[in-house]
Amino acid sequence: MELTKEEEDALDGKQGDTLALAYRTLVAIGEASNANRLIPIEWAHLSGVNYNTIGDAGKEFLSSLSKDAKFKVKTTVNPMGFDFDSVSRYKLDDKFIENQRSIKDSYEKMGAIPSYSCIPYEIFDIPKRGTHVSFAESNAAIYANSFSGLKTNKEGAFSALASALTGKSPCSDLRDDDVREPNLTIRMKVEPRDELTYGMLGYFAGKVAGSSVAISGISNLDRRSCKSLCAGMGTSGACGMFTFGEEEGEKIDFDKNEMQKIHDELNTSEKGDLITLGSPQLGIEEIGNLTLMLKGRSFQKRCMIFCPSAIKGQIRDLGYANEIERAGGELLFDCCTCLSPLVDNKEVDSVITNSVKGAYYLKTSNKVDVNLKSLKRIVEEETK
Amino acid sequence: MNVKVIVRGKTQGSLLVAKNPINFLGGIDKKTGLVHDKKHDLFGKSIGNKILVFPFGVGSSVGAYTIYSLKYNHCAPLAMICLKADLTTASGCAISNIPLVVADKHDYDLLQENNQVTLDAIEGTIL
Repeated sequence: MELTKEEEDALDGKQGDTLALAYRTLVAIGEASNANRLIPIEWAHLSGVNYNTIGDAGKEFLSSLSKDAKFKVKTTVNPMGFDFDSVSRYKLDDKFIENQRSIKDSYEKMGAIPSYSCIPYEIFDIPKRGTHVSFAESNAAIYANSFSGLKTNKEGAFSALASALTGKSPCSDLRDDDVREPNLTIRMKVEPRDELTYGMLGYFAGKVAGSSVAISGISNLDRRSCKSLCAGMGTSGACGMFTFGEEEGEKIDFDKNEMQKIHDELNTSEKGDLITLGSPQLGIEEIGNLTLMLKGRSFQKRCMIFCPSAIKGQIRDLGYANEIERAGGELLFDCCTCLSPLVDNKEVDSVITNSVKGAYYLKTSNKVDVNLKSLKRIVEEETK
Repeated sequence: MNVKVIVRGKTQGSLLVAKNPINFLGGIDKKTGLVHDKKHDLFGKSIGNKILVFPFGVGSSVGAYTIYSLKYNHCAPLAMICLKADLTTASGCAISNIPLVVADKHDYDLLQENNQVTLDAIEGTIL
């Protein structure tokens, strides 16, 4: 990799240990991914916030780093393990709470915006088209590339953290316009469609695609379906972007058979003890829409609904929160279905969700069975 | 031999050669540096204070923090030599300041257990 004089100096430790560490990380990742240089980025979104994902070693690393590190660009953060404002409502291990607090404090001390959300694209103003950002959350990286006109790789926790500290990222893969051109097209052949079919399409795409993939046969996706598509794709593979329109390169069909295979892989139960909505977290539009769907109905079992705290005031003011709570929904902020200690396999055997990403992590990390069905079916079958 | 530098540094030491890829999160005890994955060919050995030669890392990216813990607990390898640089090993070595290089297949196959080498991961050479 070619570095500027300033970058070389920082790498050599002339600007302190923290920047040396950050540049070492960028260069290591850059060399490993065949980047030729570093380029400026305007926004970093970090993963590795939930204590369940980074453990004690991660907590200690961040605590030591935060002694003198400061983020150089706008930095937002992924969900944590739980919601500090309602922590008393849940049976959580004191150790977990203390460890999660330490991680939260470290990020905030370094200057992170305390967003604790996996949908930064729905909360913050989007920079102008073509701007390079560094997003570690997979659904957010794919959304940014595919819908927001931004450029990012599907960053890892360390490359995004190093980007936050330096304002730079290795110029490789999807930062190169040639790589953003898909060489594979998936033809969407499934009817009828809802957010779950799009989630499974994404999951299929992630398995077969390289860096970028074209999808044909789709138009007018609503927000819920867009998010579901991105999250499904982020879960199953390394692909970081899709385009719509022209059919490029090799063509594969996503048909009923392919979809059934994915449904069979992720759906392991025909019923569930608990419903979770929100992986990715639900934004204001989806909460508004859910409120309408729940008019005059009530959940017949516990339903956890995960949102960013950025919309907390808004959904209270608009009466959405009241309506959802009246229907028996539990609103949780700053956390998400994935890797949440709030879903404990000692208490529940199986969970109902409409999220492909949620299903995958509930199964592999929380070790519970999953009943995967669309939001429409959840409302029809699980409310009265 | 010439190698590609992933994380810079210089060191001398003896080689510990693994046939299998390494899963840092699941396969290594971060407090002692002992390989505790029973299926791994280095099972029972310590990777501490050796120059660790292995094809590439596998498993969760959180394994990078295991490398950091090994360094913190003074039982990290002196350096690592891989056949392919995976992002977990690259990130882990970078945050822990452990030299990491990639050798091509021909050179990699010449690396023998217990050989004493001088690794210059600035110029990109192993002597």
